[in-house]
Amino acid sequence: MSAATVFGLCAAALVGLGLFGVLVDPHPLRKIVAFNLLGGGVFLIFGITARRGAAAGFASDPVPQALVITGIVVAFAATALAAALVLRLVDETGRVTLRSAGSGGGPSNDAHS
Amino acid sequence: MTLTFAFDAILALALVAVAAWTTAARDMFAAVAGSVAFGLLMALVWVRLAAPDVALTEAAIGSGVTGGLLIAVGARLRRNGASPGAEPPGAILRCTAAVVCGLVTVGLGAIVLLSPEPAPTLAPLAARHLPQTGLGNPVTAVLMAYRAIDTLLEVVVLLLALVGVWSLAPDRYWGGRPGMQQHEDPNGVLAFFARLLPPIGIIVAIHLFWVGSVAPGGEFQSATVVGAMWLLAMIAGLVDLPPIDRPGVRLGLVVGPVVFIVIGLAGTALAGAFLAYPPGHAKLLILVIEIPVTLSIAATLGLLVVGPPQRMPPG
Repeated sequence: MSAATVFGLCAAALVGLGLFGVLVDPHPLRKIVAFNLLGGGVFLIFGITARRGAAAGFASDPVPQALVITGIVVAFAATALAAALVLRLVDETGRVTLRSAGSGGGPSNDAHS
Repeated sequence: MTLTFAFDAILALALVAVAAWTTAARDMFAAVAGSVAFGLLMALVWVRLAAPDVALTEAAIGSGVTGGLLIAVGARLRRNGASPGAEPPGAILRCTAAVVCGLVTVGLGAIVLLSPEPAPTLAPLAARHLPQTGLGNPVTAVLMAYRAIDTLLEVVVLLLALVGVWSLAPDRYWGGRPGMQQHEDPNGVLAFFARLLPPIGIIVAIHLFWVGSVAPGGEFQSATVVGAMWLLAMIAGLVDLPPIDRPGVRLGLVVGPVVFIVIGLAGTALAGAFLAYPPGHAKLLILVIEIPVTLSIAATLGLLVVGPPQRMPPG
């Protein structure tokens, strides 16, 4: 099994773990962390595409590599914006939650109780 | 072969283990710390995938700057003593989510295992036109020549993110300084390192910038190092951040994108397409773009980490 396959399977696991965290974790900052795991998995899939596309004397196709570099920087920008939103939300409400104050016992809780 | 395979397998398992721990850790702060470790392991994976440019970016931005940002936010949430948020969702929803995510993983894994041989590649195209760009590093050629429009938009996205972050400032702080005033001991260890490291860091940044045309490196990695040195001096209380409405700050933030767009438009007139470079002048023009872009990215990254203004504007 080549390195690309090993890290490809690893990327698939990371996407699943990150998606699970984004869906299930109620803490907004931890949702951001999970979103970055998910993004890391997606970038890795680009990485193995690049590695498998080694040709013309390059050990790795430069086009997906450049896309990933762009992606990492944009992911950071999105993370910074999301983190600023969380801080402002906490300043406004005093609670670390994305759920609005009125819906504490609302339908979203009933659905899975 | 077997030794490298063993290394790869251990690295992949460690990456998944850190990710699982980050997802499962009860403590929010532990999860954030886990994400920093995750970024560093990712950088190692990029080296194993023969992508050293990506490895440098991942270590600098994916792990370093993002980690610093998340730790600062986590510390602030803890200091504020904000009451904990909602309960985690119930067992049925969690099981459903787990099944869905498991299916996504299985599907992606199947795609990885069943992907076509030989894999599609753009490497021969990138290699064929590399001499025309005057560059030796194909990744820089993609970023600055073949797909320069992506890089331009990326720099603009960074700027827009900063506008978004600033616009979250309460009205009374608009035009003030971001971050808190630091009161570190001027003779302490932190201040010592904040005086010692920036000259070294700036040399490293210039080196990364310069070798980026022929070897792994480039303006993003260089800008991150400059931004980190700035943050270090700021955290140690040696320099204070400027108020966000100062013209010099605004100029520093937009000079990179503006030079990029002006040269792009000049390409329309001189070489027939937006962001096209006249033959023989590609490397010089790329350098002229990269210098202001590096300064703007460094300023934008640093200001994104410290967040919206938190102090009253002077006067």
